[in-house]
Amino acid sequence: MNWNDHLPALLLAVPLFGAFMAPIVCLFGKTLRNVLLIGISFVTMLVALLLWRNVLVGGIAVYVMGGESFNLTLPSGMALPIRIIMEVDAFSAFMVVCGSIASFAGALFSTNYMEKFSGIGRFVSLYFLLTLGMLGMMITGDFFNFFIFIEIASIASFGLVAFWRDKPEAVEAGLKYALVSQVGSMIFLIAAGSLYGKYNALNMAAIGSMLQFGVMEKLALVFIVGTLAMKCGSFPMHMWLPDAYAEAPSGVSCLLVAVSQASLYGLMRVCFSLYGINLGGSFIPWMIISMGLASMFFGVTMAVVQHEIKRLIGYHSVSQVGYMLLGLGVGLLVLTDARGMAEYGFTAMKGGIFHIFNYTMYKGLLFLAAGAIYYATGKRDLNEMGGLARRMPFTTAMFVIAAAAISGLPPFNGFVSKLLIYESVFAVHPALTVVALLTSVLTLASFVKVFQTAFLGPEKSVFTGVREVPSGMLFGMGVLTLAVLGATLFPSWTLSNLVEPAAKALVDQAGYIGAVMGGGL
Amino acid sequence: MIGNAPFFVVGLLFLAGLVAIFMEKNLIKIAVAISIISSAVNLFLVALGYRAGGTIPVHYLAGEETLMVLPTPQAMTLTAIVIALATTALLLSLIMLVYRLYGTLDVDEIRRLRG
Repeated sequence: MNWNDHLPALLLAVPLFGAFMAPIVCLFGKTLRNVLLIGISFVTMLVALLLWRNVLVGGIAVYVMGGESFNLTLPSGMALPIRIIMEVDAFSAFMVVCGSIASFAGALFSTNYMEKFSGIGRFVSLYFLLTLGMLGMMITGDFFNFFIFIEIASIASFGLVAFWRDKPEAVEAGLKYALVSQVGSMIFLIAAGSLYGKYNALNMAAIGSMLQFGVMEKLALVFIVGTLAMKCGSFPMHMWLPDAYAEAPSGVSCLLVAVSQASLYGLMRVCFSLYGINLGGSFIPWMIISMGLASMFFGVTMAVVQHEIKRLIGYHSVSQVGYMLLGLGVGLLVLTDARGMAEYGFTAMKGGIFHIFNYTMYKGLLFLAAGAIYYATGKRDLNEMGGLARRMPFTTAMFVIAAAAISGLPPFNGFVSKLLIYESVFAVHPALTVVALLTSVLTLASFVKVFQTAFLGPEKSVFTGVREVPSGMLFGMGVLTLAVLGATLFPSWTLSNLVEPAAKALVDQAGYIGAVMGGGL
Repeated sequence: MIGNAPFFVVGLLFLAGLVAIFMEKNLIKIAVAISIISSAVNLFLVALGYRAGGTIPVHYLAGEETLMVLPTPQAMTLTAIVIALATTALLLSLIMLVYRLYGTLDVDEIRRLRG
């Protein structure tokens, strides 16, 4: 038995173990609880990194739960794959790495951030369940399991958003998220059911191999794209997102960013690997592109007028998701056109995928920094802040790095991914680049405002007692700063090792289907 | 035509739930509407797996019959019911907290998060 073969199962088993151990371990005091929170999320990150390395070396990893052999997808005599199948290609592995880093950083941050509050046993449990749901969405190869993992993640996040249940705003945000997301996942289940009714299969690769584009498939596609675009916070359905991000505890906001990326992953998986060349015309790609443009523009214009710091960052999430939708939508548009793909489509996809990594890291970092400010001062309104750079030098430094990265200032990583998107979507239509550039300028404007009002200026008398936040929170932010700086200093390594295999895997529909339908590896 | 009757019922239930979510002002009624939507989806899954005249999908209990209903949608429905139960419970408890904090269940008055 080789441990490396079982990494996809371990990736889910480790956080699940943590979630169910948490209520017991928390009986034995604070130290053990922190050890559990940090230890389990660190091990999850380690497993994710190992899985990513394995997939890069050995190609797509398939894992069958409950079978005679871990990679026997088609037992003899079966025409369709059975049992619970996990399928990890380079794109999934990339997403898993992003998600688990965010989860680790959020866990480190939460050890100090949450210690003043009661009910932390439940917090730790829900936190690991949310991690589990997110990772499950990223590696599952099965529609119904995707629905299950969406629901695990959703239920855990309702609880976490409304964790401070004595705050009316938090409960309201949790309820709003719960209502919207519950309707969405039911619509997703209808789409999965109708695909099952037609093709007798739930496995994505099996459906992909048989798919013929008809009326029913169109309806299912619209249902899935609508639901998952809502879950990742794209424009017309973004209303829940700033509320939920702003009201959740900061460590959770950091993880929620990664969870919304898991929905984006599902959207791309369905569009590229399931429908792929059968996508039938350019309607869906253009729909995704226009959703991206609208999210970018309206997200950032809403963000500029905000004066509550976490809400402002939440609206920026809407606009940043737009970049990824734009990049990947352009890739989808030229999927059947080999020349367009080689000239600009693949660059756009690389930009979109690199932006997923960058966005998860710097947006998580911004939320953590905002949480650190709230922890130290008890204030969330920008109008009441000022001169914090003197009191909190480390937080200030890390906030500046994240703000520069999100605004796309060279040489930060946000600049690299945005540049890839600008130069490639220009080939489709110059107007796309104009909107993207405008969004970037407004993003910079709004973060200059935040930095100037919160950290610069004369020292306020109410803040004389403010001190730098405890080390756990600094380490949590440090992990993400390290990731941002790593992608900044080694862009070519990141692009060729992390991003390009993911983009190639996403385009390679036959490879994704063949790994399951080819009768094991 | 009559074979498709379950699907018409599913469509009607789903639309009824969706309309109620948008039209109703009371949070409890909205939670009920979401439950109706879940039931519609579960009904849809069960109806998908039904074969006219089929028996239970267990080999040693089905006897001589070879036509069975599909087992997978039934398993899916069971799972979906459990999930719907969990979310309904969570929704209702959140609504309870909202009532405690705001003193009302009217969606038009629960609006502290705006802009």
